[in-house]
Amino acid sequence: MSTPLLKVDGLTVETKTETGTHRIVDGVSFELQKGEILGLVGESGSGKTMACRALLRLLPSSRLSIPKGSVRLDGKEVMDLPEDQFRAIRGKRIGMIFQNPASHLDPVMRIGDQIAESVRFHHGGSKRAAEERTIELLQQVGIPDPKERSRAFPHEFSGGMRQRAMIALALACDPDILIADEPTTALDVTVQAQILRLLKELRDARGLSIIFITHDLGVVAQLCDSICVLYGGRVCEHGPKERLLAAPRHPYTAGLMGCQPAIGATGERLRTIPGYPPTVDAMPTGCRFHPRCSNEVAECSRRQPPLEAYEPDHVAACYNPVGEAAALPAKESA
Amino acid sequence: MHRYRFVLYRPLQLLPVLFGISIITFVLVRSIPGDPARILLGTRATPAALERIREQFGLNDPLWMQYLYFLKNLFNGEMGRSILYKVDVIGLIFERLEPTIVLVFGSVLVALAITIPLATIAARNRGGFLDQAVRVISTGGLGMPAFWLGIMLIILFSVRLDLFPVSGYGQTFLEKLHHMVLPCVTIALSLSAVLTRSLRASLLAEMQSDAAMAARARGLPENVVFRRHVLPNSLIPTLNLLAVNIGWLISGTVVVESVFAIPGMGQLLIRAIFTRDYMVVQGVAMLFAVASVLVNFLADIMTVTLDPRVKL
Repeated sequence: MSTPLLKVDGLTVETKTETGTHRIVDGVSFELQKGEILGLVGESGSGKTMACRALLRLLPSSRLSIPKGSVRLDGKEVMDLPEDQFRAIRGKRIGMIFQNPASHLDPVMRIGDQIAESVRFHHGGSKRAAEERTIELLQQVGIPDPKERSRAFPHEFSGGMRQRAMIALALACDPDILIADEPTTALDVTVQAQILRLLKELRDARGLSIIFITHDLGVVAQLCDSICVLYGGRVCEHGPKERLLAAPRHPYTAGLMGCQPAIGATGERLRTIPGYPPTVDAMPTGCRFHPRCSNEVAECSRRQPPLEAYEPDHVAACYNPVGEAAALPAKESA
Repeated sequence: MHRYRFVLYRPLQLLPVLFGISIITFVLVRSIPGDPARILLGTRATPAALERIREQFGLNDPLWMQYLYFLKNLFNGEMGRSILYKVDVIGLIFERLEPTIVLVFGSVLVALAITIPLATIAARNRGGFLDQAVRVISTGGLGMPAFWLGIMLIILFSVRLDLFPVSGYGQTFLEKLHHMVLPCVTIALSLSAVLTRSLRASLLAEMQSDAAMAARARGLPENVVFRRHVLPNSLIPTLNLLAVNIGWLISGTVVVESVFAIPGMGQLLIRAIFTRDYMVVQGVAMLFAVASVLVNFLADIMTVTLDPRVKL
């Protein structure tokens, strides 16, 4: 296989608190090919957002640090670049869009000016050219009447339009990779479908690779090519979407899928995974999922299970994986 | 443009405010013990002479009648005659308006020129030595009363270093500017103490905002993020704080004009209070009140201009 566009290896994020140093992202590894859409799936606090922030070396607090981990872009290590060189990667190689576009856009700057600012910063050129490019970008993301709308302020846009503007803003620097941090969670379902379609179109038209962070397996099934499931800051399973959805190996993945309500299945109690995700200061030993796992064996609480390959591109970290034949349902909650 | 519609009707709100202020100043001035005629003519004046002055300025009329006269004058755009100077109060005020206006605006400009760099240094070195240094400076600025600070500045810059005049106002534009430096700095130092703390806090909040994070994720360098996104968003609450403090600022000019012997409204007010020159005190107080209201009105216009989300 050719060199992946992005290869993340052993990425770790630590937080210093009163109770000591905790790893909120623990050795996360994944690969992303050109034009691939990777779904990064996990519950709140599973470290999916933090892993992507770490990827851009943009941690939201000085208490957080990246003690180790390798990020290779086109096979070139970028994690040890000095800050001023790394900055050329942000936006230009890897763009990012966020769950809440209302707060991630500057409220006192016109949408068009924000986009033009990024265009001019990364590509230079005249003000005129930047304005034309801005209108072009707004048109590409499906904002009607882009010339007029580029003069608007973020609060004058609807939620869906804001997310489109946010995408245009990320595209302004022409990135190869787009990190989408739950971009549709705050939107209603019809708008959500529009945004997902837009992202897919952008992948097809530009060969954009997308890391799609979400907890919504329905969205993943619709959009992604491959899936990486995180739990407690670690990768539990990673593989192509079809295989992972059809035959999950990790009991957590199987459990997540068991939680999806099926249309038409009335009268049946909605399945849940018992218990709660662990907090950073009380991570279980061994496999971090074992206290909630229905497949637990003695080994689980003693040692961290390594990622094992079931197919060349399908890995899972479990001592007692779910069988090929039938995905075990999660334990019924009491 | 509908966001600016308040500009049309807001001035109407000035009327009830002015009415209230006219009552308060009228009553307060007359509740100071002392007789204007007696102060004007001295302790050895004859009762007849005293009576003549009182009669001349209507001080013998019942209070409500005096107030109605005051109101009637106001409607005619007059404020009565000064007991001490024997001229129209309006004329007196106009003569002294310029130095005070220059002092107020100069102080605001100097205060912002101090506040923005200091708060920037503090916020960008949060918890560091420079942040602590700025904290010490602004706490010091809060602790120094204007009359003392003014005198210290005079001793240092006028007497020792001979850089600025000790007092007065001057004739030409450059002379006036030269005279106003120390008074403006005096007011600005204590004003910027308050503003710096506020701006530092909003800068810190904005630096960690989602919008700033998103700007960094676009690859903008920290100083561009700061200048174009963090600072504009942070200045809005600080400029509002400045507008709220304008009353305090105007009262500050009274003290500073006395220290630097600037022939402005503050000095006029002080002398009028000492001589129980009722008409002048009323007039100046009314004007200060109007100025405070107007400045807050201007601040509203400014807020609407700077922050597109605000509707008034």
